[in-house]
Amino acid sequence: MSTTEPDQLSKPLPQQLGRYLRDNPMVPLVIFLILLVASLELMRPGIVTPFRAGREGLISTFWLGNLIKFAIPLAMLAACQVLTMLTAGIDLSVGITATVAAFVCATLSSVWGVTPAVFVALFCGLTVGLVNGFGVGVVRVHPLIMTLGTGLIATGCLQVYQRLVINAGSEIPAFLAWLGTGRTFGMPNGLYVFIPFAVFIIWLMRSTGFGRLLFALGSNERAAKLSGVRAWQVYLALYALSGLIAALAGLLYLGMIRQTSLSLANPLLLPSVAAAVIGGTSIFGGRGSFTGAIIGALILRVIDTMLTLLQMPEGARTALFGGIILAVTALYVRITGTR
Amino acid sequence: MTVHLRKYAWVCGLAVLFCALLIVTRLIQPSFGASGLESLARAALPFAFAAAGMAVVVIVGGIDLSVASMMAVCAVTAAVLMESMAGVPALVAVLALGLGMGAINGALIVLTRVPDIVVTLAMLFVWEGLALLILPTPGGATADWLQQAIRGFVLIEWLPKALVITVACAVLVWLPIRRNKLGLSIYAVGSDERAAFRSGVAVGRTKIAAYGLCGLFCAFGGLSLAALTGIGEPVPGPYLLASVAAVVLGGCVLGGGKGGLLGPIIAVFILRIIRTILTLMAVDPNVTTIVEGTIMVGVVMLGTALTLGGARR
Repeated sequence: MSTTEPDQLSKPLPQQLGRYLRDNPMVPLVIFLILLVASLELMRPGIVTPFRAGREGLISTFWLGNLIKFAIPLAMLAACQVLTMLTAGIDLSVGITATVAAFVCATLSSVWGVTPAVFVALFCGLTVGLVNGFGVGVVRVHPLIMTLGTGLIATGCLQVYQRLVINAGSEIPAFLAWLGTGRTFGMPNGLYVFIPFAVFIIWLMRSTGFGRLLFALGSNERAAKLSGVRAWQVYLALYALSGLIAALAGLLYLGMIRQTSLSLANPLLLPSVAAAVIGGTSIFGGRGSFTGAIIGALILRVIDTMLTLLQMPEGARTALFGGIILAVTALYVRITGTR
Repeated sequence: MTVHLRKYAWVCGLAVLFCALLIVTRLIQPSFGASGLESLARAALPFAFAAAGMAVVVIVGGIDLSVASMMAVCAVTAAVLMESMAGVPALVAVLALGLGMGAINGALIVLTRVPDIVVTLAMLFVWEGLALLILPTPGGATADWLQQAIRGFVLIEWLPKALVITVACAVLVWLPIRRNKLGLSIYAVGSDERAAFRSGVAVGRTKIAAYGLCGLFCAFGGLSLAALTGIGEPVPGPYLLASVAAVVLGGCVLGGGKGGLLGPIIAVFILRIIRTILTLMAVDPNVTTIVEGTIMVGVVMLGTALTLGGARR
């Protein structure tokens, strides 16, 4: 951006600010997150600041750890949305894929042992992803329809499977429970998985050929194809990866909740889309970042905490949640001048 | 000309498929007759309205993820109002409420310039919360005549009232608009927003009107939901997925400009009768979900393959 600098200096301040924010879309998000946390601190003093004496300090690290802990699966599912949105797609099957992986893992661990169960669970996610990729890439069905459809099929399969294993009982693998609920220095152990994962995704998006292909296909599919990109291979790999990530997130979430259910991770689906969008990923493709999605997930969790603290009726909480998502996105679009 | 032919061919094909499925049902269960048809039409009622609403929005080039939530709001409002008010004013109030909610969705999309998927996703939470605020637990009551209005037959013994209501509402609302300037604008905006704008179509107003129409159909859906159950239920049903499936099956193209309301409504009946057939064949209801998903994906794949990848924007 150094070449445009003289140009910037001659412009009035608001425009300069607008351009600065457009070049650094993370800045307003981080400011917003800090503002949210600050207002949380005002509402309930001692919830954030660790330097308050005695038990307050304990509570605050506890709260921060909890916040990060529950933001992790959300951020992982948001990674699926960011990656697919880069190519102007969307993956609405991630919620159910995560649920399937968690359920399969929990029920198979008691029968086959933990390691095979984890692999079978990941394989389930990969299968759903491959079916999505086949539909989107090869048959060229709209991603929204394709992933909704596979989600529906997966729901049915899960229900049938549940009938079959109803007597087998379930067992949460110990290391998943350790990852999900354990803490090191007050921070959740899930970070051991999440930090390498986040580094991998950011590396994948920024500095590999695959990442560039995603951006190219999203910016202009026809141009990318004319330049020799075999689009169907990219789509197949992309959706398979998305399914795999969703399964991984499901396993992690299983360790956190430590209960099996047929709709375990389903409520995370729409917030994962919201986290990606708040984080500045364009639903029309070609623009997005995983760092933004992580901050988006954190913002959603802080808002959630805040609304719980206000002790409003559930209806008002849900409505406010939706309103805030809309307001944040609208503001973001206004400030950065993009969509 | 060929476009027209293809459009009507799709709808005709759907109708033939529906008739074939009716015959199959009759073969499997010889006692399937007027009463079976009546319960089918009754069960399809909310789905048909959800699909009709979604179809209008898809034609204008958008998508509305909040249909199920809007239906829930309308259902609880109807149940609450009918406890204390006379029937007809309550009915009108609910329809106006639906229209208003839809118009708010549309206005937010136009004013904030945020993508429609994101706006309606956020509004899904807002309307869901509103439904819970109006009625925290299932309750309220609906008038007897409303419940009777969708039961039984009209004129002859083979014509269920619910079917007549579906067709009448869709025709009365949609046909005048379709023949009007507004209908033309809706299709124009759906086909190519920029071209429509340059031809002097008020794009923003058209979008708001289309989303308002969707809300109106959701109000009909909510009313039928309240009539079916007799109470108001604040939790949204499975209407979002079903309506998207029906709209796509019914020949509307995501991205806009193509399709009508007849196709999606027939598609709803096809999806419902497949459910009936599978139930009659004593198939596990869970397998039914798999079959439904497979049919949805399969038909879309087939349709996309036939039109040579034209369905993607």
